[in-house]
Amino acid sequence: MKELWDLFFTFAKIGTFTFGGGLAMLSLLQREIVENKKWATDEELLDYYAIGQCTPGIIAVNTATFIGTKKRGAIGGIAATLGVIMPSIIIITAIAAVLNMFLEYEIVGHVLAGIRAAVAALTINAVTVLGKKAFVDKITPCIAIVTFALSFIFPSMSPVWIIIAASLLGIVLKGGRGLCKSGQVKGNKEQ
Amino acid sequence: MFETLGILFYEFFKIGLFAIGGGLATIPFLKNLADARPWFDASMLSDMIAISESTPGPIGVNMATYSGFMAGRQFGLWGGISGAFVATIGLVTPSVIIIYFVSKAYRKFKENPLVNNAFYAVRPAVCGMIAAVVVSIVASAVLKDGYVVKELYRYINIKPAVLFLILLAIMNIPKLKKLHPVVFILFAGVCGALFSM
Repeated sequence: MKELWDLFFTFAKIGTFTFGGGLAMLSLLQREIVENKKWATDEELLDYYAIGQCTPGIIAVNTATFIGTKKRGAIGGIAATLGVIMPSIIIITAIAAVLNMFLEYEIVGHVLAGIRAAVAALTINAVTVLGKKAFVDKITPCIAIVTFALSFIFPSMSPVWIIIAASLLGIVLKGGRGLCKSGQVKGNKEQ
Repeated sequence: MFETLGILFYEFFKIGLFAIGGGLATIPFLKNLADARPWFDASMLSDMIAISESTPGPIGVNMATYSGFMAGRQFGLWGGISGAFVATIGLVTPSVIIIYFVSKAYRKFKENPLVNNAFYAVRPAVCGMIAAVVVSIVASAVLKDGYVVKELYRYINIKPAVLFLILLAIMNIPKLKKLHPVVFILFAGVCGALFSM
């Protein structure tokens, strides 16, 4: 039981100090999980992280589940996951509740209008970074253009179908050649 | 209320199951949810991203919590809190199940050519979908409501448009690139208040 609480609180701490996720979280995980708690080695952590990136779901949650499962089986995975989401639930709920009350003030509208401009610029940059990782040849940008266009032609279509279709397309295109093997996991390690 | 919570769990379970590539990959799903359900509209997506980026916690989890709160708040504060909880649990349930099995055989999974080949196409597909949402986020930031695509120039909101271009330029200066998103969000919020955007 003590170990489960330990998993919960360690990941709650990691959740609290993660801003935005991604690589920022990796350094936190390294300090807490590898150096302080010794629950995994650097090598293992990078593997978990790489797998977290290519399995469904939020990378931070996937990594937490992985380490928790390794430590204490299924229940350990659940404890670690609950830990990592707890700070978000508390903080975001508080903000959402308060923001609705403040929306009546004119100045809040002005602030949000400014922030929207920043979010627009930030998301453009984020998608550019993702694109650089995803576009490995001449076919991949074409796939992106097609899904981009489909999103406008069928705005109410669920992204689920595009993900399924893309998985099948990848297998068909690369099927016999076995080209990418473990290159992608290696690529993540080098970052 | 329990019906709404049930639908909420189902919707976010689906997002957790199909959003591959981390927090940003959930954005196209949230846009889809905004169109399909009466809980929040697509114009709020941008505020949601701003809050999720500038508060502690993984972005994907934060956005799920926020959407859940929005969906449940029609039933009061406790409805909002329950919604936040249910949406987030829904989002992480598929992860817990999938990772449990993957962790049992993780070396095999990592080196499975089938998985890697599927990802070869999934990654750019996700990029394209996110880019499509980014277009509508930019439009909601720099255009007036009810804009017409044919006469776009008449609907440009000058002040936010200028701020947007300035920020985009700043973000591409190598030394400033690494600054945390919160810095840009706070700066833009202050500008918004100062210039009455």
